[in-house]
Amino acid sequence: MDMTFAEKILAKYSGLKELTPGQIVTVKPDHLLTHDNSAAIIQKIKPDLEQYGIYSKSLPIIALDHVIPAASEKTATNHKIIRDFVKKYQIENFFDIGIGICHQLVVEKGLALPGKIILGSDSHTCSYGAIGAFSSGIDRTEAASILLTGETWLKVPRSIKINLEGKLKHGVYAKDIVLHIIGNISSSGADYCSIEHHGDLDQFSVDDRFTIANMGVEMGAKNSVFFVDDTTKKYLNLIGVSNSSYESIYPDLNAVYDKKLNYDLSDVVPVVACPHTVDNVKPVSDIAGLEIQQCLIGTCTNGRFSDLKVAADILKDKKINKNVRLLILPASKDVLQNALKAGIIETLVKAGGTLLPPGCGPCLGAHQGVLAPGEKCLSTSNRNFKGRMGCKDAEIYLASPATVAASSLYGKITDPRGVMK
Amino acid sequence: MKVWKYGDNIDTDMLFPGKYVYTCSKAEEIIPHLLEDLDPLFSKNVNEGDVIFAGKNFGCGSSREQPVIGLKSVGIKAVVAVSFARIFYRSAINQGLILIECPDAVEAYADGIDVKVDLENGKISVGYKNFSYPKLPKEILEIRNAGGLLEYTRSKLKNKYKE
Repeated sequence: MDMTFAEKILAKYSGLKELTPGQIVTVKPDHLLTHDNSAAIIQKIKPDLEQYGIYSKSLPIIALDHVIPAASEKTATNHKIIRDFVKKYQIENFFDIGIGICHQLVVEKGLALPGKIILGSDSHTCSYGAIGAFSSGIDRTEAASILLTGETWLKVPRSIKINLEGKLKHGVYAKDIVLHIIGNISSSGADYCSIEHHGDLDQFSVDDRFTIANMGVEMGAKNSVFFVDDTTKKYLNLIGVSNSSYESIYPDLNAVYDKKLNYDLSDVVPVVACPHTVDNVKPVSDIAGLEIQQCLIGTCTNGRFSDLKVAADILKDKKINKNVRLLILPASKDVLQNALKAGIIETLVKAGGTLLPPGCGPCLGAHQGVLAPGEKCLSTSNRNFKGRMGCKDAEIYLASPATVAASSLYGKITDPRGVMK
Repeated sequence: MKVWKYGDNIDTDMLFPGKYVYTCSKAEEIIPHLLEDLDPLFSKNVNEGDVIFAGKNFGCGSSREQPVIGLKSVGIKAVVAVSFARIFYRSAINQGLILIECPDAVEAYADGIDVKVDLENGKISVGYKNFSYPKLPKEILEIRNAGGLLEYTRSKLKNKYKE
């Protein structure tokens, strides 16, 4: 029987020869990702941890990124609880504040590898499909259970094959493509499904693939995967992962898909997701001129070196509009250091940007750039839900780093194609 | 019993704002902010046994179990929706909150119509119309019947260490 990527990897991990969508299987993931929410997770199972200990010290990956540095006594105490836990149980993969956003670290540190399964108590765990892993979000209680037992159940998903053909036009980026797709199939268009990307993918770097896979959950997907090719291999070699340390999984030729979607990339234009759902997608030209008060470039969706570089190229030797605040949020310390070396951070700060520490920053509305009632923010992040940035009477618009950088120059939503050289 | 009716794409920020996620995790801390930005009257007026009816993709967005814990704690008997987002769906299984995918029942409902949810027989009546919904797979029912995922895990661990 020919199988999809999801069927193949779940068959491998559950020890079954064949399986069908809808079937429930038990798997042992290679890693379990948790972040600041580890404190709540540990507290749920305090007596159980005393009695049974953790399943394995190499299973968890813990990164402090959501509210860093701590914003209150409560969040500081949470961080302390986590650090004590890490020490006591000798957790092998722990990243304290300032090292980066959990999802970026899982990929950047070579913890997510092709053909591996990673589950995490964060919805954007689906990002690691960028390098050919099967990864998916779960909740805190399930993370607590996996911490104790090392296993959980998964329903074999139906699969959707997305075929990306043609060449991207100037000024159009991975973010525009994924927003274009979500606008097309809706925020629930891939509910419970595994997304496979096929087609002319050579033009997409691992950074680009990360952006697209990261937003898989915004169309409801369980996971979103790009298969291993030369681009993946080169990236993995660069971060010190040898070809022999992983096994790539590819779907079979006659695998059965629930849906096949074809997109001609040359048709895609710069777009913006308007409030308050990610599928409310319009061409930038439709809402150009709308005044904004805050711009955010960064996050786990678009906070990598190539994203910051695109923004710096647009903002070089220029000043942002005086009515707008520009926040720069690198996805990790490595990204920050590379951007510092390349002069990118200097360009962005000179143009008027405010640099935030590598972490989740204002994306979840807890600190560092909360909006006021009536304000509008144009952001490279992944969600524009009502109240997401801490205020239910503010509006969030989502776009590519190029669109956000171009817009910061005018304090208005601006088509980057008119600004870029 | 009251029916609380909401639309499509009720996301996790509407159900429980992100700004409270790292400071509230117990039911009593969660309940005052439950559905705060969607319906400020909800947490004040909700009663045990009430039901929520909603459109597609209920619970989309973050991995956030506060809304699930909150809805379970205030005594919501069931959330009936056209569809649910998957992390929210798993989370509900883990906490023992009943979610029912039944688009026909949602379509049949209008303000003021009498609703009955019969969990034992898997039936919903909306006015004079009756709907049935499929049972959960046995692996999932085992988790629910154990009283939620942590209880299920504890009984598994207990058996394992007995051997």
